Amino acid sequence: MAEGYNPTILQGQQTSDDEILANTPLDAKALGGDSSEIIMELLQRFKVRDVMKRQVICIPRKATMRDAQKILRDNRISGVPVSENGRLYGLVSVNDIIKGLDGGWMEEPCEAHMAKNLVVLEGGMPLAFALRYFNNYTYGRFPVLDSDRKLVGIISQRDVMRALLYELSVEIRKLERKTSPKAAEAEQEAKENFYRKEWAVVHNDLSRAGHAANAIKGILRERKIDRSIVRRVAVAAYELEINICIHSHGGVLVLLIADNSVSITAKDRGPGIKDIEWACRDGTSTANDWIRSMGFGAGMGLSNSKRVSDKFEIESEVGKFTIVQCIFDLPKAESAGKEGGA
Amino acid sequence: MTAEEVAAKVGGKVEVPAEGAVASSVYVGDLLSDVMGHAGEDCALVTIQNHLNTVAVCTLVGCSVVVICHSRPVPPDMAEGAAREGVAIVATPMSQYEAALALSELPPSKH
Repeated sequence: MAEGYNPTILQGQQTSDDEILANTPLDAKALGGDSSEIIMELLQRFKVRDVMKRQVICIPRKATMRDAQKILRDNRISGVPVSENGRLYGLVSVNDIIKGLDGGWMEEPCEAHMAKNLVVLEGGMPLAFALRYFNNYTYGRFPVLDSDRKLVGIISQRDVMRALLYELSVEIRKLERKTSPKAAEAEQEAKENFYRKEWAVVHNDLSRAGHAANAIKGILRERKIDRSIVRRVAVAAYELEINICIHSHGGVLVLLIADNSVSITAKDRGPGIKDIEWACRDGTSTANDWIRSMGFGAGMGLSNSKRVSDKFEIESEVGKFTIVQCIFDLPKAESAGKEGGA
Repeated sequence: MTAEEVAAKVGGKVEVPAEGAVASSVYVGDLLSDVMGHAGEDCALVTIQNHLNTVAVCTLVGCSVVVICHSRPVPPDMAEGAAREGVAIVATPMSQYEAALALSELPPSKH
């Protein structure tokens, strides 16, 4: 019996709720104010690593089932991973303890009785993936591994719910502020000077590709902006949306109508572009075969966007981000504020 | 040329009708970025790309009729998207070249 047994604690850097929020700029209004859509966006935008617990209590393989029981009880948790030097060997849950008490093997090493065929998640998976796992399996928690298959965290349904509820309450507060009379007045005033809206673009979700570009087209048409300009903006928006979707780890597309111009800015997190000049040439692309079979990835995205824009800027840092901005000049009468006018 | 007339020319069938969808020119392309860059409004797009993104591109460039070649099936999400956006879809057993020849009375789409 190991009365004084000390569990190892994996000390990952815990992201605070505020940090999560700061890195996830969401605008409920930009998402159309529809709550189910907001939830979908959150589930896609958030990754498992954003909400998992990074401080994981672990035990070694030689610890007894009794040790595991004590750790579960002392820490009020329902499962403890069996791990050494970051490598995950198994997991002991309350169920295994009940079986141990019943079968009389509480003094035996946990490696003999732990669950070994584990279902695990990867830190970079969207939260929607984790929810699907919770639905498909009866487990209360999943260990989370990094790309080197090392244990970096653990996620429970409670962690997912806590993150979603927190984010939804933030969105509701934002909406309340926006719908108050003063805020509405300020917004109206701001609207007369410029218009801004942003859309989240999810990595590899081609089923929604074009969603933002289409909405942008609708907004510009509503403002009676010249059809040929609308088309050019729509082409750039679509190309940049597809680029975020197929090349990055996700990002946002921002529409800004101001100062006699329309701008589309695509910001993404991702691999970045090593050689911008090369990437902007027609026919150069790093897209995979699947993307190409869908009719994309022919290396025309950046060059098409550049061709239709009056001003084109691109900035990128390898391994971090890419920002592309396309600016379109508007004849004076067509500028932002005049809702429906011109 | 209405979607029904396009279907008759290419020996195909209107899979998704759309009220008022009329083609006044033709563009042939399987590369959606190329279609984005060059297809004009109110054209018939002749392609083998039988998926939802084709509808998204057509919506953005204002293409009103899609001709899917080689009798490729129209997946449900594509059909729903096309119906919602008012884009007609015609399926034909012809290749892109044969379909283009069959529609040769329409001018090439230019932008």
